[in-house]
Amino acid sequence: MSKRNLSIICIVLFLVWGLVFLATDVFGFINSFQQVNIIWAGINVILAVSLNLVVGFTGQLALGHAGFMAIGAYVSAVTTMQFGFPYPLAILAGALVSFLMGILIGLPTLRLRGDYLAIATLGFGEIIRGVLVNIEYVGGAAGINGIPKITNWTWTFVMTVFTVVIINNFIKSMHGKACITIRDDEVAAELMGINTTYYKTLAFSLGAFFAGIAGGLYSHYFFMIQPATFALQKSFDALVMVVLGGLGSVTGAVFAGLGVTFLNAALIELGAFRMVIYSILLVAVMIFRPQGLMGNKELSGKIFDRILPKKGGNDDA
Amino acid sequence: MKRLLVILLVAMLSVSIVGCAGTEEASDTIRIGVNYELSGPVATYGSNTVDGIKLAVKEVNEAGGINGKMVEAIILDNKSDPAEALSVATKLMAEENIIALLGPATSGACLNVVPAAMDAGIPMMTGSATNPDVTVDPVTGETREYIFRTCFTDPPQAIVGAAFAMGDLGVKKVAIYYDNTNDYSKGLYEVFKSEVEAAGGEVVAEEGFSADDQEFRPTLTKFKNAGAELIYVPAYYEKVAKIISQARELGIDVPFLGADGWDSPDLVAIAGAEPLNNTYFTNHFSSSDTAPVVAEFVAEFQAEYGEVPGSFQALGYDTAKLLMTAIENAGSEDPQAITDALAAIADYPAVTGTLSFDEAHNPIKEIAIIEMVDGEQVLSTKIAPSK
Amino acid sequence: METFIAQILNGLSLGSIYALIALGYTMVYGIIQLINFAHGEILMIGAYVGYYCVAVFGMNIYSAMVLSMLASSVVGVLIERIAYKPLRNSGRLSVLITAIGMSLLLQNGGLIVLGTDYVPFPQVIERVPYHFFGGHLMVTSHQVLIFTVSILMMILLQYIVGYTKIGSAMRAVSHDREAASLMGINVDNVISFTFIIGSSLAAVAGVLLGLYYQTIHPLMGFMPGLKAFVAAVLGGIGVIPGAMLGGFLLGIVEAMVSGYWSTTYKDPVVFIVLIIILIVKPTGLLGKNTSEKV
Repeated sequence: MSKRNLSIICIVLFLVWGLVFLATDVFGFINSFQQVNIIWAGINVILAVSLNLVVGFTGQLALGHAGFMAIGAYVSAVTTMQFGFPYPLAILAGALVSFLMGILIGLPTLRLRGDYLAIATLGFGEIIRGVLVNIEYVGGAAGINGIPKITNWTWTFVMTVFTVVIINNFIKSMHGKACITIRDDEVAAELMGINTTYYKTLAFSLGAFFAGIAGGLYSHYFFMIQPATFALQKSFDALVMVVLGGLGSVTGAVFAGLGVTFLNAALIELGAFRMVIYSILLVAVMIFRPQGLMGNKELSGKIFDRILPKKGGNDDA
Repeated sequence: MKRLLVILLVAMLSVSIVGCAGTEEASDTIRIGVNYELSGPVATYGSNTVDGIKLAVKEVNEAGGINGKMVEAIILDNKSDPAEALSVATKLMAEENIIALLGPATSGACLNVVPAAMDAGIPMMTGSATNPDVTVDPVTGETREYIFRTCFTDPPQAIVGAAFAMGDLGVKKVAIYYDNTNDYSKGLYEVFKSEVEAAGGEVVAEEGFSADDQEFRPTLTKFKNAGAELIYVPAYYEKVAKIISQARELGIDVPFLGADGWDSPDLVAIAGAEPLNNTYFTNHFSSSDTAPVVAEFVAEFQAEYGEVPGSFQALGYDTAKLLMTAIENAGSEDPQAITDALAAIADYPAVTGTLSFDEAHNPIKEIAIIEMVDGEQVLSTKIAPSK
Repeated sequence: METFIAQILNGLSLGSIYALIALGYTMVYGIIQLINFAHGEILMIGAYVGYYCVAVFGMNIYSAMVLSMLASSVVGVLIERIAYKPLRNSGRLSVLITAIGMSLLLQNGGLIVLGTDYVPFPQVIERVPYHFFGGHLMVTSHQVLIFTVSILMMILLQYIVGYTKIGSAMRAVSHDREAASLMGINVDNVISFTFIIGSSLAAVAGVLLGLYYQTIHPLMGFMPGLKAFVAAVLGGIGVIPGAMLGGFLLGIVEAMVSGYWSTTYKDPVVFIVLIIILIVKPTGLLGKNTSEKV
């Protein structure tokens, strides 16, 4: 990416942050309902981008993403409430524990093939939830309530950008290339000398790390958490976003995270019909555009070359 | 293609920033926000409650509305998800111009909505969230000014139930089987256990089940061998019916005791009349009660929906009716005035018992003990509330 | 000791339900290597059709069963034609995601169309408890019925797959779809037939589940479906007696955990067993070890 485009991106990001910040915290243009949606948008983008790393880029269908979100949410809530950790440290703690769990779960299960892996990760998601229900320290099935509301637009924005940047760089790195090779042909990747278990576990636990961040943002915004919140349905929600955005597109996942959030808000009056619409969308996209809406295309900084024509030569070539 | 996507992105951002600054004009109806579980795992509770609410609103409108204005209930689904319940509540408060909130049904979802309702100063009522923290801030111990409930909190029912078991039924050894995934059930279990132990009884076995269990025989077999003389099942009717009929099959003939979650015509429809003999539950209302306010409600409900109402429907009806009475008493649509009118409610003749609010915004009303006899609910005793 | 035997009996009756559902899963997986996530929802549809036949149209349970098998077969084949067939040559990931989508669609559509209430299922077959050893052990007529039906279904399936013409066609399609098609086998018909059998089995399971647990609900199929899938994997997916064995084992594990430990640990233990099996012997207890095709 050229320096020029990088700086344009930074300016655009800063403008987005600043405008929303002014509109919410300073002038109060944005009502409380839209504020909730904006926080959700950030959480959903993080979930979609991190799950896409596992499903879209590494080709491993994992159905336990909500479990990692739960770990992040619980660990960060406990660390702020019981141990008085400052917020950023609590979020980091949640993400790290989630990361370690990702390694622990990933190492044995990622040797499994597609469908078996799906069912094993689904099982782990359910185990995490089942264990939380049985721990009285975190309130059992009733969960934890009274979590301080610290998550705000700025934190959500910073975490979201952080997630997208790190995952984007990971994918562009040698590690990411290895993951994509595994997705395209695992046997060939192995023959080429790629340590497939290592890379699959790396992608999986990195996905878990960011799901943990999403969980931390969630628990410090929504006041209370319960094991039931992180049921299979949440994992499916994340999968819907990944599929809609495109299996293997970071920008696609970002758009899908934003799109699904605002669609959900816009269609709130349809109530139960929303879930029907999502499931039909999921099936229709798979049939007519199995690679997802964006496919594996990315929207990169180069876009600015077209919108704002440069004076000089193309230094990006 | 890419240009299109950029336009899309810009459009989306501008919608999210500008689109929400919608203007709200004063409406010529009284708008009440209804935030309930209409889909997802606990949709049964939400949709039953909403049936009662709709009936109450219809009744008030047919009688000419409140102070000449029609009442409009804006009903939204929160998907049985606490976070979604907050979204729905903020949507109702910020964009729908409502003056009061009803719901959600479960304590978890309520706890998530409570801070937003408090910040906005909008009165909020629930007919089924039993967690004490819903109306009282656990940190400061102060009552939350705008939050009210029409159902019992857990202690009164469990205290009365335990007294009935130890006194009237004369049992000493009890087993408790509760829904481990449900606040209400767990709350009753904890209070009942401590009451029984305080009165010199013994809890010989206790187990939790989870919301999607259907097979209770293994645990019941365990209870049978523990020598329980009574089994306390503070859960909802669908599980209760299955638990009791499976227990009777296993030859467990001891009495069962439960709470208001049992109350539904489906209890008998699922379990059958015979297995339910020798079972009791604490309740605030019996659909077979002959009191005129109850009989009228049951008749109207049957005319509207073609079925006998259970306790969710009755509580939904009462909650909505009570709110509308408060709006009428307040003589204004100002949320603060309505809140004050709610707090001042005394001896209101509700379907679920004559009701006043105590200082913690919990209802003070009688508790009935109902015995199931050949599929009919028979009022066993009524016990006045004691702290 | 009596308690132990009583718990084994509890486990076997639960297990025969899992086994019955698992047979349908295994059939479909055996032929087209697809985890039909919507299997549990086909079961739910079967249960509702059975309910309407019995409770609304006053039919007897046997004709209700036949009608619900027919209805479920139609739904099953429709799902296959609309959602799975276009993806037959796509990656496994897309098919799996589509199956999840169908499952979600039928669950949420069911909640809208059929309502959110638990519907009491009429007890048209009388529940007779039989007591043994002075009342210490007990089985009901329903348990005997479900157990017998699941064993009969397994034998019937074994016969169809092993000894009939369509059965050999199914095996051929399972082995190598392209080669089978070159040999003049109509692959589409064979797959439809597989879905008809699988969905009929689900319908039988749905009606029996309604009878046994006394209620039906639009989400009733999901958890049992998931557990049955675990059972099928446990026994070796694609292997018909394996589904049976897996179902019984799972039922017994659940009963033992509930009876000797706590119900709340039942589901985590089931999934831990699944994961251990998958890691130690991914082909399941009765599955043959095959190397992955490249």
